[in-house]
Amino acid sequence: MSVMDKDDAEVLEGLSSQLAMRTLPRLGTLYSALIAAAITAVIVVVTPAAGIAGSLVIWYLMYMLVQTVWSFRVEGRRFAVDRLATTLVWTAFLIALTALVWILVSVTIRGLSAFSWDFLTGTMRNVSPLREGGGLAHALVGTLLQVGMAAVIAVPLSILVAIYLVEYGRGKLATFVTFFVDVMTGVPSIVAGLFIYTFWVLTFGFERSGFAASLALTILMIPVIVRSTEEMLKIVPNDLREASYALGVPKWKTIVRIVIPTAFGGIVTGVMLSIARVAGETAPLLLTTFLSQSMNPNLFTGAQASVPTFIWDQISSGTPASIDRAWAGALVLIIVVVMFYALARLVAKLTAPARQ
Amino acid sequence: MSTDLKPPDAPAPSVRGSSVRLGDRIFTNLTRGAGVFVLVIMASIGAFLVWKAIPAFQNNTGNFFTTQEWFPDADPPVFGIAALAFGTAISSVIAMIIAVPVAIGTALFIAFFASRRASTSLGFVIDVLAAVPSIIYGLWGLQVLMNHMEGITKWLNDYLGFIPLFNNEIGIYTKSIFIASVVLAIMILPTISALSREVFIQVPRDHREASLALGATRWEMIRMAVLPFGRPGIISATMLGLGRALGETIAVALILSAAFEINWHITEPGGNTFAANIALKWNEAGPIGLSALIASGLILFIITLVVNMIARAIIAKHKEFSGANS
Repeated sequence: MSVMDKDDAEVLEGLSSQLAMRTLPRLGTLYSALIAAAITAVIVVVTPAAGIAGSLVIWYLMYMLVQTVWSFRVEGRRFAVDRLATTLVWTAFLIALTALVWILVSVTIRGLSAFSWDFLTGTMRNVSPLREGGGLAHALVGTLLQVGMAAVIAVPLSILVAIYLVEYGRGKLATFVTFFVDVMTGVPSIVAGLFIYTFWVLTFGFERSGFAASLALTILMIPVIVRSTEEMLKIVPNDLREASYALGVPKWKTIVRIVIPTAFGGIVTGVMLSIARVAGETAPLLLTTFLSQSMNPNLFTGAQASVPTFIWDQISSGTPASIDRAWAGALVLIIVVVMFYALARLVAKLTAPARQ
Repeated sequence: MSTDLKPPDAPAPSVRGSSVRLGDRIFTNLTRGAGVFVLVIMASIGAFLVWKAIPAFQNNTGNFFTTQEWFPDADPPVFGIAALAFGTAISSVIAMIIAVPVAIGTALFIAFFASRRASTSLGFVIDVLAAVPSIIYGLWGLQVLMNHMEGITKWLNDYLGFIPLFNNEIGIYTKSIFIASVVLAIMILPTISALSREVFIQVPRDHREASLALGATRWEMIRMAVLPFGRPGIISATMLGLGRALGETIAVALILSAAFEINWHITEPGGNTFAANIALKWNEAGPIGLSALIASGLILFIITLVVNMIARAIIAKHKEFSGANS
């Protein structure tokens, strides 16, 4: 290696000239964009049918064309393809971002314009759809009660299922349960509502109520909590369990006193996320409750509103005033959902060091 | 996880007596009971829907699968799911065509193109957006997007109108299957994207670095190291997205102007889906009407069940590949 004869030197020289391949200038992307803009301007002037959106599309296509052809000539096929793919991936991301930002901005702007303190504290009692004003206090209370009750039922049940799967589950039954918990994630929310209606109302003869809604939400919550709790229990170190067994502590006590407390933060995070997910569910509530315009803090009897059905009701009324209320309701709903998400993140963060 | 553990479930009687085993036995049975209960719920969803759908099947004078009408409370009742099945299928398919490439591109961007800091927060943003309630997507689609869709649907009619799908003979471009599909696409985008991203970041670093070290461009690295590894994950993410699109109720119900006919002109007002139809007809339905809606819900349940089972079976088969843990 140290002694290099003439042939080697020639080979190396040839290699380095190959390795130092020609590339586009550093601002090649910008140049491509400018050239594309110039071509677009010409096209738009010649055929003035495009409009703003059309021009943008033409510019984008031209940009891809210019850059790919240029890169193909200078850098070769592989790098031209790489540049094209990079452009497409960026495009996909920008499309997704545009759509999602557009939604959030619409909700924020139109929601804020109709929002007021009275909106949070008032109800729709004696407010005609045509009139402005009114509020969703009754719906907030309904959502809080329904989702709270759903959590009360779903959380212990789901944690027990997760414990079974992680600590006990062996053999066919466990495989079955795992599989169907996964499949349950995909049950459409309206089917959950239908089921609770056939079960609770048609078969057992109870009336449609907030509690029936809670039952439907429970079905949607269970798979989410089971999955997240399962993940959390799995990362509890085995050393802890073994240390506990070595001290003669029975298995169930080990789980209750050692495993669960260790994974507690993660479990709470999963519960929060599941609450955020079901708090906005509309379809099952439409089937299992009656819409209400006034406060009803009783989960078991009578019509009870909720934030999603409140929005649905306001959209259905269709008057300008009620559409405004729908947007304000949407803003409140998004804030509730994001709050639970942020809370979940916070809990995860606060409890994270304890796990190490 | 804890296969190799030997919990002291059977200590010598002289140490503790039988109380240890009693506590364990109760707890074991409690958790197993909870597991079985989940199976019972899934089974009873099917059983109760079948049971309560029977009156509809018995009284229907039309063909349940081919009739394009919905008069279950008429005398005699006539109804069928043909139009619903068509609307559900075509809106979901169009939504998938739009959403899957964008979602996978977004996932690739977050995993391999964005900086690490940006990548974490973008991942969080996508997660939050997956939780935006469907009624908000519906409200936005109805009030905002629909006003901006006229241009593109008109353009489709003017230049691609020779394809029956884009032909619009009425000249009204609102409340169409096409708009509903676009909204559905935006709704399932975060779902597919979040799952695909999770799979992509599990591709072993060695594979990626090896391909780059061999002189691959970034795209070649993705095509040769990432995509083959992530394929089962992408397929199952897509199936889960499809499941969500098939069962989506509220957004679709708000946007479509419900009609009971199979209309291939997807930019014209009309169309209907299983889920939207249930929500819209629920409060006006009589006894047979309810039963008919339950019957259509049963069909929806079966379809989504099959789609999800296929997705899960793919994940289970490639367990080591899949980070799709939701």
